[in-house]
Amino acid sequence: MTTSAVQSLSPTAARKRRQRKARAYAWRYALIAAALIFFSFPAFWIATIAFKSSSEYFRNPPVWIPANPNIVQNLDKVIRTGGLTAIGNSLIVTVSATAIALVVGTLAAYSLARFNTGGNNFAFWILSQRFLPPVSVVFPVFLLFRALRWVDTFHGLIVLYATFSLPFVVWMMRSYIREVPIEVEESAQVDGASRLRTIISITLPLASPGLIATGIFTFIFNWNEFLFALVLSRTNVITYPVKLTSYFGPESAFWGEAATVSLIATLPVVIATLLMQRYLATGLTLGAVK
Amino acid sequence: MTLQHRARNKRNGGKYALVAPATLMILCIALFPLLYAIVVSFQNIDARTPVGAFVGFKNYFDALRDARFWNALGNTALIVAVCVTAELVLGFILAQTLVSHLPGKRFITPLLILPVVIAPLIVGYTWRMLWDTQYGPINQVLGWITGRPVEIVWLANPVKVWPAIFITEVWQWTPFMFLVLLAGLAAINPEYREAAEIDGASSWQVLRFVTLPLVWPVMAVAILFRALDAFKVFDIVFALTNGGPGTMTETVSLYAYSVGFRNFRISYMAALTLILIAIVSVAITVLWRRMSANQERRA
Repeated sequence: MTTSAVQSLSPTAARKRRQRKARAYAWRYALIAAALIFFSFPAFWIATIAFKSSSEYFRNPPVWIPANPNIVQNLDKVIRTGGLTAIGNSLIVTVSATAIALVVGTLAAYSLARFNTGGNNFAFWILSQRFLPPVSVVFPVFLLFRALRWVDTFHGLIVLYATFSLPFVVWMMRSYIREVPIEVEESAQVDGASRLRTIISITLPLASPGLIATGIFTFIFNWNEFLFALVLSRTNVITYPVKLTSYFGPESAFWGEAATVSLIATLPVVIATLLMQRYLATGLTLGAVK
Repeated sequence: MTLQHRARNKRNGGKYALVAPATLMILCIALFPLLYAIVVSFQNIDARTPVGAFVGFKNYFDALRDARFWNALGNTALIVAVCVTAELVLGFILAQTLVSHLPGKRFITPLLILPVVIAPLIVGYTWRMLWDTQYGPINQVLGWITGRPVEIVWLANPVKVWPAIFITEVWQWTPFMFLVLLAGLAAINPEYREAAEIDGASSWQVLRFVTLPLVWPVMAVAILFRALDAFKVFDIVFALTNGGPGTMTETVSLYAYSVGFRNFRISYMAALTLILIAIVSVAITVLWRRMSANQERRA
């Protein structure tokens, strides 16, 4: 009798649980749908502007889907106004600066992680550099670079970006290197490997997810930097954010060109982020908690 | 460091060599400018008198009497307070929604973090188009909802420009909070929550007494980094309103930039930015102390 009671009860209970679960899912999906619309709409809009002709992005009411995709003409205008060159400049500066910051920063991070060099104060001194608003140091940097004849040069921007990336690289890499068991390094050294050799062939491969996450973030920060580039570039080394501002004059705005440059400049970062997304979430918290 | 540890790292002669390049770069490229700015702030260098004489604290006193500076400082503080709070709340809600199993999660997360990888300058320009009174889709959508044409002047109106700035800034940086908090929440052992539920805790109690204290260390660092960056806000406001209408939405970074690079009042700019650095350092240190204290109390 008890069994039959249980049997008659359980379908109702199961149905109730299913209903509750379904309602919870519905709520979550509704919230996520709203968030997706909010967070992807502006990106969608800038992409459509890149495909619009000038008569279409200045139309009231606004055009949502361009009738005749105009990306080729916009791209042509971008090339003629030097937009593509600016993206190329950004690529040279960002890749070089990120590479230098990763090498120099990782070596320092190794020393901090393994020998606690300089103690916590030294680590904090490195971090405190991030407190400085760029606007507060950009003028002295300008004077320094003028004295060195580094204004409007690739190496000037590369050194600058590499230096300002260091706090982030050092702090992130320090926490990743701490995760690598020290015993693995010791056994390599017992076998006669030098310190540098150990770092390159033992420690770094083990810390590579962290290195990738750190590298992506450093790349993004440098790729998007605007104020230093605005002050320190003239004609030779205009990066793409500086180029963007040139499409907006006091009277006119060349939205088609600006949107096309934005689209081309953003796509590689988006693709890289998608490919590396599983490293990103772990990368952020590791740097934060440790 | 224990003796054993010390013995392990006998061959650590290279430890200073390893930090030397980084230290040198920071000293030359980042620290020199700061020291130089301090020296310059005590002189009177501007476009008219390129050779500066020592003027003591004059620039600092001028800054404290400068209404436009106070306005810019107030605007910056407003952006930090409103935006970081909104980003935290929204980011946490989204992270909570997505932390447990959900079909399609793998495709949703990358779409939600998209804004973080777009340059703030592009974000500013894009939203300038979105907020546009005539050509922008926001007014159009509001028109569909209300059923009659909407012609709100967002960016040139002293009141309505603020929600426009807040929403733009929140759009760009909520995904950062979301990503950090998602990773933080994912790291919490579900057994804690289950144990609380078995003991009869309501979902609010679980959130308040289990989830929040456990995620707090990660959350605190996220708040710290966002606040630190929000104090420096430049690109988004530059592209969106350039401080306008008038100087209504000017931030300290924008004001310092125009003092230094439009009017060439170099010493004055140095004093302004050093005051900002002082305020940021004190604010962040106090904030950090309080948040760390909270953490210890809860733990």
